Amino acid sequence: MELITNFLSGSVQIEAYLGLSLIMFFAGIYGFLSRKSLLMILISIELMLNAADINFVVFNRYLYPGHLEGFYFTLFTIAIAACETAVAIAIIINIYRNLNSVEVGNLDEMKE
Amino acid sequence: MAEQIIFYILAAIIAVFSILAVTSKRIIRSATYLLFVLLATAGLYLLLGYNYLFAVQVAVYAGGVMVLFIFAILLTNRPGADVKSELAVRRVVAGITALAGVAFCAHIIYYNVNKVMVTVAQSELTPQQIGHTMLGTDKYQYLMPFEAISILLLACIIGAIMIARKR
Repeated sequence: MELITNFLSGSVQIEAYLGLSLIMFFAGIYGFLSRKSLLMILISIELMLNAADINFVVFNRYLYPGHLEGFYFTLFTIAIAACETAVAIAIIINIYRNLNSVEVGNLDEMKE
Repeated sequence: MAEQIIFYILAAIIAVFSILAVTSKRIIRSATYLLFVLLATAGLYLLLGYNYLFAVQVAVYAGGVMVLFIFAILLTNRPGADVKSELAVRRVVAGITALAGVAFCAHIIYYNVNKVMVTVAQSELTPQQIGHTMLGTDKYQYLMPFEAISILLLACIIGAIMIARKR
């Protein structure tokens, strides 16, 4: 019991956040390499971007409190990720319309 | 104490659901797990004291991007079509790559990051401060990236419409 209260006292260490974003990032890598659907690849990319965002914010908060660089980098990353997702999904819907499938294996031409 | 408990709950949610999101068989379930991951990340931002990022994460990611994903999934999945499973070799190779990366980076984090880091108390980030930083032109102010993002958004709108419209 005392072990648990000792473990939980104080604030969260920076390694805990870094380890968490590490797990998230490599879950994204695994999905990116192993899945075949374009939408699953896009979901994996979102996971990786999100892990990078967590790292930016945590470094800003722990190493440079009072500054706002990591904060703004995360803000702009979120906006760029939203743009990228919108364009990617437009392309995926177009591919589906032309080829009737969103598997990367069938994807060797963009026009019918 | 409370901060630690909340952090570990959020960490467990993120770890479990991000792994489930990339291993789940059905794509709509993957999208739902991704939504949970994004919301838990928003919780982390709140825990770190960045309320504005929390709002942006919930509105843009958990709101906008997830709606896009769900629309795309419903538009591109034929009901009744069976889910093709990936080759086992591919999964094993991807798993080995990911585990090797985790081991490598965990080693770096464990041995190189200073362990006694504690959070310094930070004054509350006011909306005035955020606005001045976002729309100022001095050092450490970000008007230029802000305008670049707005041009990028415009280009994305036009591009997405051009690509996805019916001919």
